[in-house]
Amino acid sequence: MSTDVLSADPAKNPTYYLVEDEDHHHESGGSTAIGFWMYLMSDCLIFAILFATYGVLGTSYAGGPTPREIFELPLVALNTSMLLLSSITYGFAMIAMEKNQKAQVQIWLAITGLFGLAFLSIELYEFANLIHEGATPQRSAFLSSFFTLVGTHGLHVTFGIIWLVTLMVQVGRFGLLEANKRRLMCLSMFWHFLDVVWIGVFTFVYLLGVLR
Amino acid sequence: MSAHPPHGHGDHANLDHDLHSHGDTHGHGSMKGYMIGFVLSVILTAIPFWAVMTGGLGDTQTTALVIMALAFVQIVVHMIFFLHMNTKSEGGWTMMALVFTAVLVVITLSGSIWVMYHMNTNMMPDMAAQMGGGM
Repeated sequence: MSTDVLSADPAKNPTYYLVEDEDHHHESGGSTAIGFWMYLMSDCLIFAILFATYGVLGTSYAGGPTPREIFELPLVALNTSMLLLSSITYGFAMIAMEKNQKAQVQIWLAITGLFGLAFLSIELYEFANLIHEGATPQRSAFLSSFFTLVGTHGLHVTFGIIWLVTLMVQVGRFGLLEANKRRLMCLSMFWHFLDVVWIGVFTFVYLLGVLR
Repeated sequence: MSAHPPHGHGDHANLDHDLHSHGDTHGHGSMKGYMIGFVLSVILTAIPFWAVMTGGLGDTQTTALVIMALAFVQIVVHMIFFLHMNTKSEGGWTMMALVFTAVLVVITLSGSIWVMYHMNTNMMPDMAAQMGGGM
């Protein structure tokens, strides 16, 4: 390789620089994905701690309401389907992005955002109902840890929607630039990650709570 | 002259950009992959909700074990079909980070619950009564 460079005529040199640069650039391009993945893993640890807190305090009712009394599973099922549908529509946005179909990307992002909003609305409706019934975060350790865990997830979804709207404006104004594609890829990971966390929430908090 | 490597930085960047118009954003799965993932997720979500809402599996213990197992399977399904996890991307480092995180999560969860369960069990009886059905 090195003798090739030395013996090659000067006109050939740029080719070698390009090859080297390509490898280098590939690493730095991929570093966004792995860096964002590291962030998601640390976020995962936040949720792990909140799950552990709920696991420890989840049966401390302090004479207050129990999960069976206050959780409405049909509502949770509806909420789960909203998040699941938003995951697949975001997938469609990514497929459209691969094909550089800007309008399609925007439509699927908008639908994803609406599903996300529906999820948040249902969650806030549920929270409002609980608080109205006296099942406030202050009532018992179970309710404190419940609101912290589910609320933190809801907060993540809220920021995901803000991010999604921001990217829709970006794509609308500047098109499917390389930078915007990278941003859409990061949001894709974030959005699907929130769906993974929700699997834990509906299983361990709602379903196992009602079983208990 | 501007194309000469030592001075041609701007030129480089442009060429690089063209070369990598597919570099950063590859591997977002296919329509087929997303649909398989979605169908599996719907099934893996529907079964636990059905089991708990109708009590179709009878025994509470069995139901709990089944829905926890299904949740684990669904998490794996999401990882593969939606987050596109594999052992090769980024030279295996994403998988390495995931395994490390999973180990920490298991230690945190099982450790907390195990320790606190035994602490509650070993509490003085009158203190446990004071907690009023709690803990």
